[in-house]
Amino acid sequence: MSEHKAGSNLEKVLSAGHFAFTGECGPPQGANVPHLIEKANHLKGVVDAVNVTDNQTAVVRMSSWAASLILLEQGLEPNFQMVCRDRNRLAIQSDILGVYAMGIRNMLCLSGDHQSFGNHPESKNVFDIDSMQLIHTVKTMRDEGKFLNGSDVDVAPKLFIGAACNPFAEPFDFRVYRLAKKISAGADFVQTQCIYNMDKFREFMKRAVDMGLHEKCYILAGVTPMKSVGMALYMSKQVPGMDVPQALVKRLRGAGKGKAAEEGIKFALEQIEEFKEMEGVAGVHLMAIEWEHKVPEIAERAGVLPRPVV
Amino acid sequence: MIVAESKPIKELLEMVKGFKKILVVGCKGCVTVCNVGGAKEVAILASTIRISGKKEGLDLVVGEHTLERQCDPEYIDELKDIIGDYDAVISIACGVGPQFISERYPATKVFPGVNTKFMGGAVEHGVWSERCAGCGTCVVHLFGGLCPIARCSKSLLNGPCGGSSNGKCEISSDVECIWDTIVLKMMEQDRLDELMEFRPPKSWTTARDGGPRKMIREELVK
Repeated sequence: MSEHKAGSNLEKVLSAGHFAFTGECGPPQGANVPHLIEKANHLKGVVDAVNVTDNQTAVVRMSSWAASLILLEQGLEPNFQMVCRDRNRLAIQSDILGVYAMGIRNMLCLSGDHQSFGNHPESKNVFDIDSMQLIHTVKTMRDEGKFLNGSDVDVAPKLFIGAACNPFAEPFDFRVYRLAKKISAGADFVQTQCIYNMDKFREFMKRAVDMGLHEKCYILAGVTPMKSVGMALYMSKQVPGMDVPQALVKRLRGAGKGKAAEEGIKFALEQIEEFKEMEGVAGVHLMAIEWEHKVPEIAERAGVLPRPVV
Repeated sequence: MIVAESKPIKELLEMVKGFKKILVVGCKGCVTVCNVGGAKEVAILASTIRISGKKEGLDLVVGEHTLERQCDPEYIDELKDIIGDYDAVISIACGVGPQFISERYPATKVFPGVNTKFMGGAVEHGVWSERCAGCGTCVVHLFGGLCPIARCSKSLLNGPCGGSSNGKCEISSDVECIWDTIVLKMMEQDRLDELMEFRPPKSWTTARDGGPRKMIREELVK
């Protein structure tokens, strides 16, 4: 992985062997640019790249490419997310070209939450292609300079290709194979679902390392600090594919009134410490949902500052 | 078979409001099997319409007729001597029926009495489940004999997604995650290598996406 495929900051940080630290920023439900900039600025200089979500949970928001460009103008490096729910292969390929043309260098390929979750459940779902095929599409456009129909791309989009991975979804035994499949399809890096069940994640990483996957792809461990006991309960019961052990809920509850958030951060910091040492983990993806202003403090306490300049 | 469900009676009555002579036409095909459009249901619907008419002081004429099939012009022809006696027809066949009647009898006002749901079958008494999306290029053999196009909420060809939990789909605990079943079955059969094969984007040209479809069997065309 010595030669750069896209030359993004994230790719350079990872290829130089640094422990990567990425963040996340959800675009506003409107055209509120100042609000987006305010949230994003908390992450400036604190993370290597910022994931910009694409109508996450199927709720309409400012488009991820537009918000990514706003971040780029602000001097942050976006990790442009794209889901397969809302676009067919024509729109997908043209957006890939568009974001690359405008200076975006990282792209995370996702299937997307089903529209029944969101605020337009009446909409038609597209899913012309799936996330695996999306990864492969970007790779084919980038490395072979070909569209899905085999015709030539006039200037290939050099993007650093990301994928998601949920070690906690089922069937567990297949999850590591699915990761291998995404890597074969073209993923350069993966960001995992929020990790709470450390035992299960350790087992997952052991299997990934045994298969040598960490040598073919950078694996970033997903961390979302719990803000409250309510959030932990919501995550454990309402969010599919999320594994929140009861012991963690108990720990947050045990912290006492008004102290659960600090306990949630402490747990996240302990996780990050372990990830730094865990074989096969190349970095952390911190998803501080609507808690962007806490990221600098978490980064500081996690000892990941200053971020490397590469 | 094609699975359908009855439209709410209120909606149906609203549709045929103002018509005095109504013919209810059933079908002995799929809709009879799924208990929404056979002779029995024709009788029930006709009598419901009569009763509701009486309540409003109207003396509605409601005829009943059940055809062998509504997806075949030769059976649709059977209506030719009676259809002129009515000013509205309610077809309780699948979506094909009202259209075949409309095409054959252009002067007649035709209303759909059922909502056509999907192609599937009965999984237990009174429960039907979707099995086929009619994509026009069957590939179920690649997925342990199970169709992810019809049965995965996202029609993933390289599943399962990260929302699979306890064998259920992320959209509802009432929906089976077919990819969970596919993976478990194929791993059990020692077919992991097939699961690991990248399935490229599907051509949807043979599905509805390619435009309205038609099939011509030259040897059968007179």
